[in-house]
Amino acid sequence: MTGDGWFVGTARDDTATGAGHVREGRADAPADWPARAVEAGFAPDEEAYYAALHEACVAATRAAATEAERAGDQQLVHAVRAMDDCTRTANELAERLSEWAGALFDEEGGGVGFAREVVDREPTGPDEERAISLAERVVGLVDEADELEAYVETRAPTVAPNLSAMAGPVLAARLIALAGGLESLAKKPSGTVQVLGAEDALFAHLRGHASSPKHGVIYTHEYVRGTRPEDRGSAARALAGKLTIAARVDHYSGDRKPELDEELDERMATIRARAEDDATATDEGGDE
Amino acid sequence: MSRRPRTDGGDGHLPDGVEPRTFDGDQRLATRGEPVYGEPVQDGWRAWDPGRSKLGALLGRGVETGFTGDDTVLYLGAASGTTVSHVADFAGPTYAVEFAPRPARDLVRVAESRPNLFPLLKDARRPETYAHVVESGVDVLFQDVATRGQGDVACRNRQFLADDGWLVATIKARSEDVTGPTEVTFGHVVETIEAEYEVVTTERMDPLHEDHLAVVARPR
Repeated sequence: MTGDGWFVGTARDDTATGAGHVREGRADAPADWPARAVEAGFAPDEEAYYAALHEACVAATRAAATEAERAGDQQLVHAVRAMDDCTRTANELAERLSEWAGALFDEEGGGVGFAREVVDREPTGPDEERAISLAERVVGLVDEADELEAYVETRAPTVAPNLSAMAGPVLAARLIALAGGLESLAKKPSGTVQVLGAEDALFAHLRGHASSPKHGVIYTHEYVRGTRPEDRGSAARALAGKLTIAARVDHYSGDRKPELDEELDERMATIRARAEDDATATDEGGDE
Repeated sequence: MSRRPRTDGGDGHLPDGVEPRTFDGDQRLATRGEPVYGEPVQDGWRAWDPGRSKLGALLGRGVETGFTGDDTVLYLGAASGTTVSHVADFAGPTYAVEFAPRPARDLVRVAESRPNLFPLLKDARRPETYAHVVESGVDVLFQDVATRGQGDVACRNRQFLADDGWLVATIKARSEDVTGPTEVTFGHVVETIEAEYEVVTTERMDPLHEDHLAVVARPR
């Protein structure tokens, strides 16, 4: 329909179709659309035309913006998976390197720090040349992982502002990746979010030879890790509950809601207060 | 010219609906509408922050922009709607094109309370994707796009502008060439614009908006 105005083929009160035309349509050149719409009987006057145009543009742009941003969650999924792959591979190669370099050079060491030292050496023969080259790959992979992390940190708050604020961008991205996307994360029950990343333990439990896992990847969150072991189950449950709500707000509305963070903070303060209560009770002692 | 005579009497180049008002003892430009970005409001007038809005800065300096009030406007690069909210307060039908989804969401929110503001998530370099929505013969084409080829954008969108309309473009040097001398970059962009337009004035926007040049022009 090159050349037609957006209002052709739709009714004035049919905002959904109008919005579709605004998004998909095109024309080689503009025209006096308000006058044409009135001529064509789409609207009784220009005022009514502009009212319909406003509705259609607002609906079209809101939908298009939401869709475009949602597609961003897949970029995030790729980036965080690639980041973890780079880190894991770097560690594996660093181990191989430390074995090899330990035999070649006087100093010994392990890990990425050691690889950085080896990179600075001048090779004195073909053996050292290979080992140093391997060290360069290790360092390159670590640098790439850092770059990916920086990307995740800027990208995650756009894709999922509430989830990122609450979980931190990297954990937010991991949760989205484990669920397969923001939409699927938003549709998961909080009990599932709590154990995302602990699938092995969960299936062992379901087969009947292990207790149920208290937490999956959310273990890395300060609110779980920093809580004493006997309260971690409660902490993980509370955190997962709020993360689930945050993911749903991010997916369905996209508005930033700082009050979600505050609710979580309050809940955590209550859980952690138990430790202090217990400590006080023990100090006072005697009534056991 | 088909434009109606000014009625602002004494405000120089200010369009109808834009007035200097006193906020906390300071004289600032203001428009009437729903507040958008936490700006001070008094008796329904919203202060227009010249540090956040290049058009606000231009009007504050008394530069003739062609806006008279009630104009039909095509605004390219509306971002989250800070400036275009003020434009829609005093102008007529205002088409606001923005390319990035995140700010477009804020723009939609700004548009909700302004029936004359039409937000469009489109690429200003591809007018054929919105020529079926934006009407021809607009009075002012305002452009604030931070992309390469800002001169081309102005030329490609000339088709929307009335023959007696106005182009107001704010050019960001760093978007064209990150390292080159800004004067040279501005020269290239203005040259490109001159293919379709007659330049009326250019104005450096330092210090409020560094490395920006405002170009006011009329179609050839």
